[in-house]
Amino acid sequence: MAVHQIHTEHTDSETGKLGMWIFLFTELFLFGGLFLVYAIFRAKYSAEFHVAAGELNAFIGAMNTVFLLVSSMTVAMALAAMQKGDRLLTLFLLTVTIILAALFILNKYFEWSHKFEFGIYPGSPVLKNMSHGELLFFGLYYMMTGLHALHVLIGMVLLSITIVRVRARRINSTRYLMLENSALYWHLVDLIWIFLFPLLYLIT
Amino acid sequence: MKHDEKHISSYSSLAVVLVILLALTTISVLATGFHLGPFTVVLALVIACTKVFIVLTQFMHLRFENLFLRLAVTGVFVLFALVVIITFVDYYFR
Repeated sequence: MAVHQIHTEHTDSETGKLGMWIFLFTELFLFGGLFLVYAIFRAKYSAEFHVAAGELNAFIGAMNTVFLLVSSMTVAMALAAMQKGDRLLTLFLLTVTIILAALFILNKYFEWSHKFEFGIYPGSPVLKNMSHGELLFFGLYYMMTGLHALHVLIGMVLLSITIVRVRARRINSTRYLMLENSALYWHLVDLIWIFLFPLLYLIT
Repeated sequence: MKHDEKHISSYSSLAVVLVILLALTTISVLATGFHLGPFTVVLALVIACTKVFIVLTQFMHLRFENLFLRLAVTGVFVLFALVVIITFVDYYFR
């Protein structure tokens, strides 16, 4: 019996990264489903969506877009720095990324609390008196930006753990899968916002 | 498997990518003032898709990944596009 032993070198990082991508696919469909619900209701209640979307502050939205785009670059640079063996630069760039993420969340806090002051929050009496379309818009707005903000927070936790591990030299220039995967997750957060921003804030 | 030579993105190319992404965002924001009617949505979506493509290929490094991963990601986006198209066909023709 001839046994052909085919020896292929599968490194951790190859499979680990593939696994991360497969997880990101599920995330894409999680948000994709919400985008689809939004698109259909927007087609159905276009006039009400137009009025409701006018309530959103496009400037805050644009500012948050800039924060996320810059942070996406810094995290990509952090990976490049680690691959080049520049540990301090990696730590610096990861810290910048987390600060930008915190600014995003801070902005979101101001944006939401401003809405809350006007009584626009899920289940509020003001919202209940609005038309069906406006109610749906704000429901989707809170659901989509809320779920996205949750992803930003999770991304911040992941990046913080990455920083700790880089400091402990558990992530180094030869083993950096966790940094790579945290970066991929962070880019996904950016990707989703790239669609959320024009759909919610710009198309009015 | 030939993955011995890892591609490392240069800082300057990443910075250029960011500038392009910011420029596209600016166009997207300015375009809302033009009152293009139904084309506003189309333009916004085209710009968003372009930005997503750039982030995927450059920041997420897909340009330098193996064919399997590139095909898998393309496949997932095609699948999502099909879901959107089929849903809208159903919505408009029922």
